[in-house]
This record gives sequence, structure tokens and C-alpha cells, in this order.
Amino acid sequence: MPAIVPLRRASAGLWSNAWYRLRRDRLTVAASAVLLALMMLSIAAPLLSAYVFGMSFEEQSLLKAYAAPTLDPPGYLLGSDEVGRSQVVRLFYGGQVSLFVGFVGMFMNFTIGVGLGLVAGFFRGFIDDAITWFITTLNSIPLIFLLILITTLFTPGAVTLTIIIGVLFWTGITNFVRGQTFALREREFVTAARTVGASNARIMFRHILPNVLPLIFVLAAIDVGTIILAESALSYLGLGIMPPTPSWGNMLTNASSYFNRAWWLVVSPGVMVFLTVLCLYLIGDGLRDALDPRLKGAD
Amino acid sequence: MIRRLLYAIPTLLGISVIVFMLTRLSPGDPVRLFTFGSVTITEDDIRQLRAFYGLDQPLPVQYVNWMLGVLRGDFGMSLQYHKPALGLLLERLPATLQLALAALLLQLLIGVPLGVYAALKRGSWVDNAIRLFGVVGHAVPTFWIGLLAIILFAVTLRVLPSQGLLTVGKDQSDIIDRLRHIILPAFVLALAGIANYSRYLRTETLDVIAQDFVRTAHAKGLRNRTVVFTHALRNALIPMVTALGGLLAVLVSGSLIVEQIFTWPGAGQFTYAAARVKDYPVIMAGVMLGSTLLVVSYLIRDVLYAVVDPRIKAR
Repeated sequence: MPAIVPLRRASAGLWSNAWYRLRRDRLTVAASAVLLALMMLSIAAPLLSAYVFGMSFEEQSLLKAYAAPTLDPPGYLLGSDEVGRSQVVRLFYGGQVSLFVGFVGMFMNFTIGVGLGLVAGFFRGFIDDAITWFITTLNSIPLIFLLILITTLFTPGAVTLTIIIGVLFWTGITNFVRGQTFALREREFVTAARTVGASNARIMFRHILPNVLPLIFVLAAIDVGTIILAESALSYLGLGIMPPTPSWGNMLTNASSYFNRAWWLVVSPGVMVFLTVLCLYLIGDGLRDALDPRLKGAD
Repeated sequence: MIRRLLYAIPTLLGISVIVFMLTRLSPGDPVRLFTFGSVTITEDDIRQLRAFYGLDQPLPVQYVNWMLGVLRGDFGMSLQYHKPALGLLLERLPATLQLALAALLLQLLIGVPLGVYAALKRGSWVDNAIRLFGVVGHAVPTFWIGLLAIILFAVTLRVLPSQGLLTVGKDQSDIIDRLRHIILPAFVLALAGIANYSRYLRTETLDVIAQDFVRTAHAKGLRNRTVVFTHALRNALIPMVTALGGLLAVLVSGSLIVEQIFTWPGAGQFTYAAARVKDYPVIMAGVMLGSTLLVVSYLIRDVLYAVVDPRIKAR
């Protein structure tokens, strides 16, 4: 990564400074571009399957099972699976599911995590103890075990799975927000706001939250990546997204038993998960460097 | 330290409430589920069965009854094997611990030196490569790397076995055979941790070597190696012990997936197999066992913390 980018202009606000640095961080820009491309391809999956590849994600052709990657027909760009379905079309549809679960789940985590973190850090005392105890408890259950218990009980679809993940993965965000709020509530500007009669809610959301917000975006990017990893692992284990809905995880469930005949079926879904998560982590790192240049190069 | 031990009790209680409530929240009455399709059964029989299993009592009473059983190690019978659920899991626990400890060892032995080395060579291509590995190793799905490792090392190159604890029919005490079997799963399980430790250690070492006492140590004329190992590393390790908690959680969670991929006969794989056939007593016992494992590891971490940083003991 490049060294600290010196600011060659008059100082501006935090966001415009961060944006300025971000645009000059080539790695982050590249990661954003790749992620954006993956999102667009996934969103455009129905269009692509109809007009470019000419195959739907369910269309089977047993005679053409295990086709090697080929341009003829274009639907087999990345080969075909055990019942002759187009791998590339299914990958894009799988992307819809993974990205949906990732981003919607993250928004839920974000809402719960920031809310509870602000409340715990601001009011302290009993409320803080209760929330901290709950977080300790939740963190002491290995997530995969908990998810397995829940998914056996409820047999989720994409939406249920999102909700399950959305109400489980917020503890890291809460811990961070709580710690920041702890420190911020003692600062002079909070006292000042209180002297002019600002309510608790106003202090929390108008004065403390904006100071915590920047670094939460870093956590959010990493959170989406973590969720996508968890979703793909669950779907691979047959407890997440169920076939026939394609997801990157459940595409690997079958592929792993056929790798002698079609190794490409094992490679491509994994590459998609890896690429998406890698981009999200890189963006998280880049955002942190841009928002807090003192940390630059420290990590 | 005893106070810390007492803190673990409300945590474990909380976990048990969560696990219990989840199974009771699930749709479907177990009695009706098991008697479904029976023609001769009457409403009266169902009421009697519910009374027999205590399902007609209020939830808190049911919970207390279940909990009293759990405290005696009684999670109920496995629906599949008709044996005590906890016993079945405990039989498989040593295999899990073996794998997890091997992975933890690999993480520390590889991750820590990588991070320190990267910090010392800051800005060089070695540093960049280690940092790249730190991000990549963290972003790659464990189960996928496991599959690729099996394809590469077990199927294509045929150098390492990919399944089980040891070769079927071989002597139990054949250490070499056991080691050969543990290499692939342990490395796959360790990968994310290696990446994480290298990241932490790099950051912390950079922090520490910029501090005054390190400069002083250099100025005293101490050898570079002495400064790094006795002055810098010891201090860089302190914050890492805190990070150990999250990484241990990843290790316990990851062991389930890795055990499944490498058909490693451990407690995680057994819990997963139980989940596939909805064997609730085993799943509940598995979740409680995994959580207990984690709570104990957190305790060990806190003890370690006091060892690495004597200032903690004063509090």
C-alpha cells in the first residue's frame, strides 16, 4: 500500500477529506470496482440469462452434464453441473442471494448494534450491565453451533436466514459503539449540549452518533463479508439456502462429490465468495485508513 | 480469579435459557409430531403423553426440570442412538480437542513470527506479502479451502490422507499415521487464525518498537535479537491475548466445518450429523458443550492475560 497521501489543498470536512484520500487509494478503488461489478452482474442475472447466455438457472439438459467450460453455447461459459445447468447463470443468481443476505443482514446488525451500543454507553449502570451480560452470553455460544440449532428448528429460506443472521451478528458493533460512547459522553461538547437543554435522545443521536459513525462504516463492510462467509458455510452444510435456489454455498455441496469429473464446479463458487469477501475486507481497511489517517500503515 | 470464575455462571445460565427457549419456540408439538399418523390415538392419550413428558407444565417449570437434568449431565436420550446424548458427544470430544489444539499451535507458531517479521521488515516486499496473506487468509471460506486441499493433496498428488483419524486397520498407536491424518484438517482450520495473528502482531509490534523503552534498549547496546524478543515481543503480545477470545470462538465454530469436510470423528461433526436428522437432545447437548468449551477457553485467556501483564492482577 502507498505511504500517507499528503493533503495538497485547503482543509475540508472529515468526509470530503476521507473521500479525497479514498480516491487516491488504488487498492480500495479497485476492490470497490470489482464488488460493484459483481453486484451489477448479480442484479442483472435475469437479463443476462435471457439475452446473453440464453439459459435460465433451472434449465436442465442431462445429455450435457459436466460440460467443460466453453463458449458454445455461451451458457456453458463456466461449464455445466451434474444435470447440465449453466454454471455461470447459477453463479449470478447465487450472487443475488448472498449479497441480499449480506447487506440486509448487515443493516439489521447495524440498527441493533448501534442502538444498543449507544444506550449501553450513554446510560451505563444497570442497562449497560444487562446488555454487556447478554453480549458475553451470545459471544460464548459458538456461532455455527447456534446457527445449526436454529436452522434445524426453522428450516430457513433466504429471508428467514437473513433475519436469523441479522439478530445474531451485532455484538461486535455494539461493543465498539459502547466503548466510543463511554468516552464521548464525558467530552465538553456533550456537557455544552446538556447545558442548553438538549434531551438524552438528542445528545445520543445528534452529538454522539455522528462522532462514532465514520468508523462504524468500516465495521459494516467487514460485517457484510463475515455474513456472506457464514451464509455460504451454512448453505454448503445444507442448512442455509436450500436447492433449487442456487447459492454459492449450496452449489459447492454437490460439486464436491463430482470434482473428479468436473473440477471447475468446485472452483468457481468458491472464487465468487472469496472475491466478494476479499473486496469487502479491503474496502473496510481502505475506509479506515481514509477516515483515520493516523492509523495508516499501522495495520 | 475466583470472581472471574463466578462470572462464568450467569453466562452459562444465559446460554442454557437461550438454547432451551429456542427449542421450545420451534413450531410443532413434539407429541403430535411423534404420534402423527397413528389412528388409534385419542385426545386423551395425547394429554397423558404430554403430562408424562412434562410438556403440560408452564415453561419456567419445564426449564428448571431440564436444567436440573443438565446439571447432572443428563441431556436426555439421543433419538437416533437411544443412548445418553452427552455421553455420545464426550466420546468424540478428544478428537475435537486434538484437532483444535493442533490448529491453535499452528496459528501461534506461524502467525506470531510472521507478524513480528513483517513489522521488523516494514515496507519491504516480505511485509507486503505477509499483509496480503493476512487479508486473503481471512477472506477465504474455510470449507472451500478444505475441499481444494483434499483435491490437491489427497486426490491429485496422493501425498496425504483426507479422511478420519487414522487409516482403517492400522495400529491405534501409530503416531506417524495419526500425524499424517491431522496435517490437512489442522492447517485448514488454522488458516484464518494464522492470517489474523499475523495482522495483530504486525500492528502491535509496530506500535511497540516505536516506543521509548525500545529505543533505550537499543541505546544500551543490547543486541537486536534481545530487544525484539525480550522487550518488544512481550509487550506486543499483551493486546493480542484480548484478541485471542474472538479467535478461539472462530476456532470452535470452524472445527465443526472442518470436521465435517475431513470426516473427522469429533463432537462438532456429530452435532452436525444430529442436526441433519433433527436429533434435538444431541444438538442441544452439542451447543451446550461447544459453549462450555468456549467459556473455559475465555477463562484460560484471562488467566494468561494476568500472566503476560502483571498489572492486571492488581485490579
